[in-house]
Amino acid sequence: MTALGIAQILIFFALIFICVKPLGAYMARVFEGERTFLHPVLRWLEVLAYKAGGVREDEEQHWTRYTACVLSFSIFGFLLMYLFQRLQGFLPFNPQHFGTAQVPPDLAFNTSTSFVTNTNWQAYSGESTLSYFAQMAALTVQNFVSAAAGIAIAIAVVRGFALHEMRTIGNFWVDMTRAAVYVLLPISIAGGLFLCSRGVIQNLKPYTQVATVEGGTQTIAQGPVASQEVIKELGTNGGGFFNANSAHPFENPTPGTDLFEMWLLLVISASLTYTFGKMVGDTRQGWAVFAAFLIMSLGGVFICYGFEQEGNPILAKLGLQTAATANQPGGNMEGKEVRLGVPNSTLWATVTTDTSCGAVNAMHDSLLPIAGLVPLLNMMTDIVIFGGVGAGLYGILIYAILAVFIAGLMVGRTPEYLGKKLEQKEVKMAMLAIIVTSASILIFSGVSTQAHFAPKGYWNSPGPATANLGNDGPHGLSEILYAYTSSTGNNGSAFAGINANTPWYNLTLGLAQLIGRFLFLIPILAAAGSLAAKKKTPVTSGTFPTHGPLFVGLLIGTVLIVAVLTYFPAVSLGPIVENYLMHAGRLF
Amino acid sequence: MTTTTSEPQITPQVPPEDPTSILPKKLARSRPLFDREIVGRAVRASFAKLNPGSLLKNPVMFVVEVGAALTTAFLVRDTIMGARGIGFEFQIALWLWFTVLFANFAEAMAEARGKAQADSLRKTKTDAIAKRMVNGGKIEQVPSSALRSGDIVICVAGDLIPGDGEVIEGIATVDESVITGESAPVIRESGGDRSAVTGGTKVLSDEIRIRITSNPGETFLDRMIALVEGAERQKSPNEIALNILIAGLTLIFLLAVVTLQPFAAFSVTQAGAGAVPKVAVLISLLVCLIPTTIGGLLSAIGIAGMDRVMQHNVLAMSGKAVEAAGDVNSLLLDKTGTITLGNRQAVEFLPVEGVSQEDLADAAQLSSLADETPEGRSVVVLAKEKYGLRGRHIPEGEANFIPFSAYSRMSGVDFQGRRLRKGATEAICKFVGECGGQVTAQIHELSDRISRGGGTPLAVADGRRLLGVIHLKDIVKGGMKERIAQLRRMGIRSVMITGDNPLTAAAIAAEAGVDDFLAQATPKDKLQYIKKEQSKGRLVAMTGDGTNDAPALAQADVGLAMNTGTMAAKEAGNMVDLDSNPTKLIEVVAIGKQLLITRGALTTFSIANDVAKYFAIIPAMFAATYPVLNKLNIMGLHSPQSAVLAAVIFNALIIIALVPLALRGVKYRPLDAASLLRRNLLIYGLGGIIAPFPGIWAIDRLLALFHLA
Repeated sequence: MTALGIAQILIFFALIFICVKPLGAYMARVFEGERTFLHPVLRWLEVLAYKAGGVREDEEQHWTRYTACVLSFSIFGFLLMYLFQRLQGFLPFNPQHFGTAQVPPDLAFNTSTSFVTNTNWQAYSGESTLSYFAQMAALTVQNFVSAAAGIAIAIAVVRGFALHEMRTIGNFWVDMTRAAVYVLLPISIAGGLFLCSRGVIQNLKPYTQVATVEGGTQTIAQGPVASQEVIKELGTNGGGFFNANSAHPFENPTPGTDLFEMWLLLVISASLTYTFGKMVGDTRQGWAVFAAFLIMSLGGVFICYGFEQEGNPILAKLGLQTAATANQPGGNMEGKEVRLGVPNSTLWATVTTDTSCGAVNAMHDSLLPIAGLVPLLNMMTDIVIFGGVGAGLYGILIYAILAVFIAGLMVGRTPEYLGKKLEQKEVKMAMLAIIVTSASILIFSGVSTQAHFAPKGYWNSPGPATANLGNDGPHGLSEILYAYTSSTGNNGSAFAGINANTPWYNLTLGLAQLIGRFLFLIPILAAAGSLAAKKKTPVTSGTFPTHGPLFVGLLIGTVLIVAVLTYFPAVSLGPIVENYLMHAGRLF
Repeated sequence: MTTTTSEPQITPQVPPEDPTSILPKKLARSRPLFDREIVGRAVRASFAKLNPGSLLKNPVMFVVEVGAALTTAFLVRDTIMGARGIGFEFQIALWLWFTVLFANFAEAMAEARGKAQADSLRKTKTDAIAKRMVNGGKIEQVPSSALRSGDIVICVAGDLIPGDGEVIEGIATVDESVITGESAPVIRESGGDRSAVTGGTKVLSDEIRIRITSNPGETFLDRMIALVEGAERQKSPNEIALNILIAGLTLIFLLAVVTLQPFAAFSVTQAGAGAVPKVAVLISLLVCLIPTTIGGLLSAIGIAGMDRVMQHNVLAMSGKAVEAAGDVNSLLLDKTGTITLGNRQAVEFLPVEGVSQEDLADAAQLSSLADETPEGRSVVVLAKEKYGLRGRHIPEGEANFIPFSAYSRMSGVDFQGRRLRKGATEAICKFVGECGGQVTAQIHELSDRISRGGGTPLAVADGRRLLGVIHLKDIVKGGMKERIAQLRRMGIRSVMITGDNPLTAAAIAAEAGVDDFLAQATPKDKLQYIKKEQSKGRLVAMTGDGTNDAPALAQADVGLAMNTGTMAAKEAGNMVDLDSNPTKLIEVVAIGKQLLITRGALTTFSIANDVAKYFAIIPAMFAATYPVLNKLNIMGLHSPQSAVLAAVIFNALIIIALVPLALRGVKYRPLDAASLLRRNLLIYGLGGIIAPFPGIWAIDRLLALFHLA
């Protein structure tokens, strides 16, 4: 690791850190329904949304109603997205004349689930598949609302802890509208303009044909990129306008935009910890969660960066310079943009998988085995290291419930977190969420390593499903595992190296996305409903303290031990053995 | 300002108590942990419990049993087919069966202790002959099983009391050692709070008439037998929640191991070497990963917790009650008998002006000579110790003793022409006035001063001459202050309940260091206080004995009824203290906490153990496919077979090794939660990660040494 690299990483986290309190406190005010400095400017929009939707702002919902609203809203979003894609040939803003040929039903299904679930796994290439209208009206809109829904759910779960003896946990429509109007929209407008000013494109022009120096022609894709770029990061969506995602110079032209985009993708998840602390009436609780996030994230960044900066030992043996020198920064540059370099690529790879963003600025497939294990393991934690906007917070609260339940018994009381007793219902729901996600990852991956397709079948090209892999051996296993982990975790980043645009993969990955989103959040909302109805136990010196370093350590331990125990057998046959084989001289 | 001249001189006789330990060492019903009879019973029961139907309620061990059965089936198949290397498979199967047996044994041990206790109780339940009164005062002899609620029976010295009931006439000494384990007889009399008698106990003297209050099969002894035997045992809420957690973990590991099969098949194809792991090995991995330690010991911990309460001579009606005791936030302690010694003691004499201390002491002593109450005796003792006044014997005929009456509110003696009286200040002032004497204002000053300090004033007069006041004081039990401080560290508020006026109550509360007090408490006040505390989310524990305590006992989350109390109180509470010692409440809280800590500690330990097992089994599984994975074999285990076997054996042996801990409970220290957590996390969390490494390594060495793998 180089001093400059470490400094860049630390500067990034410092920029996040200074925003946690102001943005967190602002969001707490927004969701508590208090006036903020943006109310004079934006309140009319909020009111308009309620009027248009027939929503009563003061109506509170039981958790079942809240969940039903989340589900119905998502189903509606899914249908709309599916139709916009399939009908893009008849809709405006389609200079490249894309039609149904580009979006067969399985792909449209996958893309719809992907954006509705905030996954943004992309089995398609944006520039060769979708019209500008589909990109804007289907994708960008979902970027906003799926993120807003995630934040709303997190707020509802926080209310489960904050409220007591209540049957309701808030109103989904109100929470979602506030998240979109007061949080996502203002930052997106300002951020989008900033990105434009730094060279990110924003137009509706047809693609440009240019003559290359060699005398050939090249098509340069255009489009309304900046507006989608900013919410893609801010809402931890990650679906790039272009296939190359944030490695593409039109999406992420400079190191400056790179830093800004990383800031966008982490800032809400980080700040929500403060919102959480504020809403439960003890900001130390929020900081404890933030500390757990930060420590796990920093650990991942430095492992990833360390291995990448070390470079490929086989190349070093061949006499190539992989160490940093005065003239070049060294490291493993395969699959990375030269303008971004190793530290920013590994930092991005880590934070994009800490959160459920999944945007990439370098190819994860080209990471060295252990460096590539970091994003994989990040996602195997159910994405609870910062996590997706909202999703990270409600995810970590599930782990907090587990940690407190197991270790809390050791203080000699029925475990309680934030004054709420953790009993059957909470434990059942927490376990259900974790079981469902691990089942999705392990079963789909397991089946895909063994599935075999008949000739002339619909589902896949004939032969084994593993024929779609670009690499052999343990690396191939990593590619499959990564795809299902990324989808189940609603991350959406691709390890690449696998041709996933076949009906088999589109369907199974789409199902994994739905499972990872909805079968994870329903148990959590159920737990929130049960918690909100409970009495609040007063804090005494006999209460398990959940704000100190001990709890932070315990929370990290629980997250890691659950992930490691569940996935160690699988990853030991993937990245771990690949690492040993690499040192023995074999690459895949 | 007061002008108190002397400090209390009498040091109260308090049984020495160790303030650092909440749980006393000596217990009424303790038994050695590995009693021969109990172990024998448990071993037999462990095999009976192999019945899959009964194992189904323990999902973790059920999975192990299915695994053991599958491995055995494959072993049989391989033996018939004459496959090579069945020695390994045989050992795996054997140890998997042992794993189930060890878990069964743990549960059976805990149950056997209760069963042994129930048996000894049952022996005492002989079918006594009852003398039932029939109309017209006739007596007929019927077997006790024929008695019904409402019958009236007569018991004389030597009779067994035929059923639970209430004394309606007479007074008797009763041997209740059957129930309480305490051989000293107790007094049972009609009326008041000492009227309840229990079936199976024995009348030692006198004659009593009893109204039977229970039907056969529903007596206290029957309930007690059922409870200690665990026949009615229901899983407590926390136990159910924990069961869900470990069942969930089992499911996750089942997924991890089942899907390892296709991953392994893919890897074998890719590497072109090795073979997919055998079923026996996959099952071994599964059994090592699922939380067998806690799964095997969970019910034993719960039963043993109930048993520990029983060893303290407290009968808990449910495991839920014991758990609730661990969660208690507020402890309602009766002042008298719990915080203070049962009786007030004289601590100083305060004469009025013109009277010497000696004169007052002399008069006070004389007036108390016939007073057999502890207060009266303490006056005699104080006079003797402070002024060297020996207790004089007054011949019966020469003096006329005036006993205390609620009407006159004083007592004393007429002796050699003197009329000595002591009693409530008001009563004595009235007496002096009647004798034609003058009452000075000073007497009221002195009395008020004592009251304000939490004491009780007793005025003394000699006919028309007012002498002064005796200061009677409530003596806080030795070590009580430390215990209450300890409770506070544990996060428990202690609340003193007393019938005293607020002034007195405040003074004693301050001396004992309790967090709050409820003065002039009526049963209704108690009930309201409990409801108020509960509305703040607090869990409340209290003790009680009288019938009027019943509503509060029922309302409290933990209601500890005294065995000497009325049946109504015993019915209302969820625990009965057979020793009738209200201080027990603190011990019950400690046992509840210990129960929860033991569960948490073993769960943490069980999960933490998995890390080492991965390092043993994963490289062994893929030794042929990916030899480089041997880098994960950080323990340097001998061979793939020995590694898998060592992990399985360690996993089985750790259950048996932890049986004593599960039965005895993790040592509980009254610390605040943060220090307790740090300590236990270090021991059971970190210890749980580290311990299996040397354990598995040592077993592996032994296996290699004896060429077992």
